[in-house]
Amino acid sequence: MAKVSRRKFLVRGALGTAGIVAVGTYLFRNPIRRQVLAYANSADSPYLGSGMEPVLWFELTEENRIRLYSPKVEMGQGTFTGMAQLAADELELPLSSIEVVHAPSITGNMDSFATGGSTSIASLWQPLRELAATMREMIKTAAAELWEVAVADVVMEETKVSAGKKELTFAALAKQVNQWPEVDTPELKKLSDYKLIGKPLPRVDLEDKVFGVPIFGMDASMPDMVYGTVVRPEYIGATFISADVSQAASMPGVLKIIQEDDFVGVVANSYLEAENAKQAIKVTWDAPTQLQLKDIEAKMKVGNGNPTLIQKKGDALEEVAVEAEFTTPIAAHAQIEPNGVVAHVTDDGATLFLSTQVVAITQKEVAKRLDLDTDKVNIIPTFLGGGFGRRLHTPHAVQAAVMSKLVGKPVKYFFSRKEEFQHDMFRPPTHHQLKAKLTANGKIESIQHDFSSGDVAIDSALLPGFLNKMLGADVGAIRGGFCQYFAIPNIRTTSWHVELPFATSWWRSLGLLANTFAWESFMDILAEKAGKNPVDFRLEHIKDDDAGARLRKVIETAAEKAGYTDKVIDGKAMGFAASTDAGTPCAQVVALSIEKQQIKIHKVTCVLDPGFAVNPDQVKAQCEGAIIMGISASLFEEMTVVDGQLQPTIYGPYQMALMKHAPKEINVTLLQGREVPGPVGEPPLGPIGAAIANAVYRLTGKRLNHMPLQKTLNKM
Amino acid sequence: MKIQLIVNGTPQLVQIEDEMTPLLWVIRDVLDQKGTKFGCGKAACGACTLLVDDQAVRSCSYPIKFAEGKTITTIEGLGTKENPHPVQQAWIEEVVPQCGYCQPGFMMATAALLKKVPKPTDEDIDNNIINVCRCGTYYRMRKAIHRAAALNSELPITEQEKE
Repeated sequence: MAKVSRRKFLVRGALGTAGIVAVGTYLFRNPIRRQVLAYANSADSPYLGSGMEPVLWFELTEENRIRLYSPKVEMGQGTFTGMAQLAADELELPLSSIEVVHAPSITGNMDSFATGGSTSIASLWQPLRELAATMREMIKTAAAELWEVAVADVVMEETKVSAGKKELTFAALAKQVNQWPEVDTPELKKLSDYKLIGKPLPRVDLEDKVFGVPIFGMDASMPDMVYGTVVRPEYIGATFISADVSQAASMPGVLKIIQEDDFVGVVANSYLEAENAKQAIKVTWDAPTQLQLKDIEAKMKVGNGNPTLIQKKGDALEEVAVEAEFTTPIAAHAQIEPNGVVAHVTDDGATLFLSTQVVAITQKEVAKRLDLDTDKVNIIPTFLGGGFGRRLHTPHAVQAAVMSKLVGKPVKYFFSRKEEFQHDMFRPPTHHQLKAKLTANGKIESIQHDFSSGDVAIDSALLPGFLNKMLGADVGAIRGGFCQYFAIPNIRTTSWHVELPFATSWWRSLGLLANTFAWESFMDILAEKAGKNPVDFRLEHIKDDDAGARLRKVIETAAEKAGYTDKVIDGKAMGFAASTDAGTPCAQVVALSIEKQQIKIHKVTCVLDPGFAVNPDQVKAQCEGAIIMGISASLFEEMTVVDGQLQPTIYGPYQMALMKHAPKEINVTLLQGREVPGPVGEPPLGPIGAAIANAVYRLTGKRLNHMPLQKTLNKM
Repeated sequence: MKIQLIVNGTPQLVQIEDEMTPLLWVIRDVLDQKGTKFGCGKAACGACTLLVDDQAVRSCSYPIKFAEGKTITTIEGLGTKENPHPVQQAWIEEVVPQCGYCQPGFMMATAALLKKVPKPTDEDIDNNIINVCRCGTYYRMRKAIHRAAALNSELPITEQEKE
């Protein structure tokens, strides 16, 4: 990891209304390409800074707090809290002294990639602590020079610095910011010396979220704001032919009908007036209506599309003794906050408030469309009402900006729920074939996993095209696709890429949920063939190396904590599964029963080794949330295609887990197999689907090979 | 038309063109109180839940004309940081929110439930709290609902647990 360059840690008084700003930067030398490749191949998450220019990290505020500008967005994963802990400990300040805000793009502090992939805390672990330590040293040195005392005699306090009887508030000290010295980055503190890092502190955004403070993109407003909306087709692959806007133009409240080359919209005084006028626009589409779900299912088969061998060890499987197939359906993100944006375009540039995981990309897209310099477009990220990968594509910002430019006012634009469901960037359906041969003493001799998926990372704006060519396979679809049992002598894993007629993309954990469902269901099938306990069987195939030791430990701990048994007791059965995602191993044990044909999950035991947990309570919250989201996806969720339309278009018909489906007991144990933090937000989504299917098999003898599992059980 | 209503203790007189305008948009865009959220517009997710005369209502599908003369409570009026409602206090103590977007709706639904059923069973919670949370905070919410019930009864929680 590159060290902070002291030449690049600067202070400036130029930015910010208070005029008391410190600017630091972190110099990133590695090209993006190498970093993403490194990420795809290892557990270490790169932080992709936005270039070589100094960017704003810290500001001393008039209220004597230290404001931390976050290059990562807060979408519920707790990143702001973790970042506050990292900064506060190295600043030698209490958590209450730190205020974390989203860095507007004008500060330059953006991750040129995104917020996603469970990388935020892992990637900021080193740079943020070094920046904070440097900031502390600079504050202390500035005070020491002013008072002519030793730097070591200067003490950081909640709102001020002091040395003996001398003291200055942060705001007062910052008045001389342009005379502040440059300092060397000090040594970081030892893990054992931290007072906040590693502690289960409450979220820093907790009160705002409990008292209804307007912090989300949907809550953004600007003076004199009007409402825009865009007509979107209901059919997959529909192309625009013409629009009759005559009736809409005279509807109440309508300010302007927008007719661009690539979209038709309307701007009105209120949201409802805009929506009503939109209904009155008669668009003629060339809309194919033949496509059905069965066509998608026929396409999504191993053997179709482009294969890439992604894992090769020993010899190919010659004689198939055991085989099984699995499928997962199309799924929606279904985040509760619809995609929305407020855009204001003037002669001076553009300002946009929105929930987005891709600040830098959105900035470039808007600038390109309006023919503005990038630095004239200020993207101000807000809290996200759920991300889950949905907001890795936010081109509606461009449409709002165009509408604002045309009407000369700030324009708010957001999706209807129907549009959310029909114009999602869906989780692609998958198909998996697993084949294996066991030895005479019940060990796996050879194993082979072939899986097909639609785009996850391929063709995404987030990854340069050359990267996919270099890697071959889709770096998103292959998450969880690899065999994690490296003691098996012969392994082949092949990813098949199938093109679909609708957009698919990143959905929390990417391919992990689907791939682990297939892998870990198959491991139970093989354990039964071998006549072995499923836990023991897994342990037999783990290699004796560092990754293997961590996987072994989460499996053993989960089995012990859950009291795992393959016996059915009081109508309840247990199911076991484990996964390794981006270097984070996780094992889960589900205890369930079936009541009136409904799968009822009573308890989930989860053991995760994320490495060092910066905030153990929020890591546990991520596990609990991933487990419930995984239960929802595994049991219920599916989109279908009917006469060319993606359906359903509303919650309810798109069935998701509710309170009554959530287990009353979720027992999470964290292990620490490394000294540094690793990915957390997605890895615990891996095992849950297979753990449920394995428990249902134990209870009923029925093997559920197709998600959604509840529907499959109903049909058996 | 003009509609009179009381929102979080303050009498409001709103001028509205269409009497079928959902209460949600009056609260959010006319009265500029953004704590009540838009999720689906079809009363399917519960993000817009608020109280009308102490009853939980999904305001995205509640025409403003029915609010005439009624008392509306939103998350902004439930409690304050200085004096939180027991539901908010419990939500803080259990560290429930993740993204936080659906949470006001859940807290309002919980406040309404506790008015009707001061000590809800798990079954009461399953049957009455039927909003959607995508982050999957249901596990902590259930704990928070029981905790809010305990706080509500003005007994220390330890006393409750002994019962």
